[in-house]
Amino acid sequence: MTPLTHYLAVSAILFFVGAAGVLFRRNAIIIFMCVELMLNAVNLTLIAFAQFMGNQAGQILVFFVMTVAAAEAAVGLAIVIALFRNKETVEINQINVMKW
Amino acid sequence: MELEQIVFWVLATGAVAFALLMVTGKSAIVSALMLVLTFMCLAGLYLTLHAQFLAVVQVTVYAGAIMVLVLFVIMLLNLKNEEKIFPKGWKTFVGLAAALGVLAQVLAVIYASSDKMPQAMAPNSIVLGTTEGIGRTLYTSYSFPFEMASIILISAAVGAIILAKKRLV
Repeated sequence: MTPLTHYLAVSAILFFVGAAGVLFRRNAIIIFMCVELMLNAVNLTLIAFAQFMGNQAGQILVFFVMTVAAAEAAVGLAIVIALFRNKETVEINQINVMKW
Repeated sequence: MELEQIVFWVLATGAVAFALLMVTGKSAIVSALMLVLTFMCLAGLYLTLHAQFLAVVQVTVYAGAIMVLVLFVIMLLNLKNEEKIFPKGWKTFVGLAAALGVLAQVLAVIYASSDKMPQAMAPNSIVLGTTEGIGRTLYTSYSFPFEMASIILISAAVGAIILAKKRLV
């Protein structure tokens, strides 16, 4: 039987890989995919706790996280398309009109 | 080692390795395909946790629908590859050191509190993750949030169309 700590450790490593990707990459679509990876890492934590504690609420929450991730993917990619139409790039270094 | 543990280690190393390849991949297409493989490994990990329904949803919704959408946008935009991913000099070093430090701290907390965590899966964990179990809870205790999710999805669909259109009318 794999202990709960191993699942949590895998989840933490995946989350930090995703966070490092968000901080280091400049392509908006790849940053977007890194956010999806972080959401999935948290999902793994939720499912592991739900199964080890015998409480279904964690799995229901994962279901809703997936719903929100699907909505976020649709809206985020639409924003990327709108940005590319205006600026001809998705490099976040060159998209700085809202930078203070 | 038991078979279950072997499966866990293969899937866990696979997930982490593909995630690293995703973050360091130069072209967006390669990153997207590596992310699909990461999602597949995560679906396998859900299966080792007896969460069958979520494993299937992970493959169909994440690896299927969302990643196809992402690949579609990448192909549509015809992007150039990034030349260098990590900036030169001390910024990369400091950033990576800080990230690894925080990660080490989180892992230390997880393993230090391991004796306070449940040691084995709950006896009812087999029935929790089935489609029947999830569906029963979703349509009884969580029926209102379930309907709210449909509103979120419809507003996201409308919003995506409005954002991606050239002119509104």
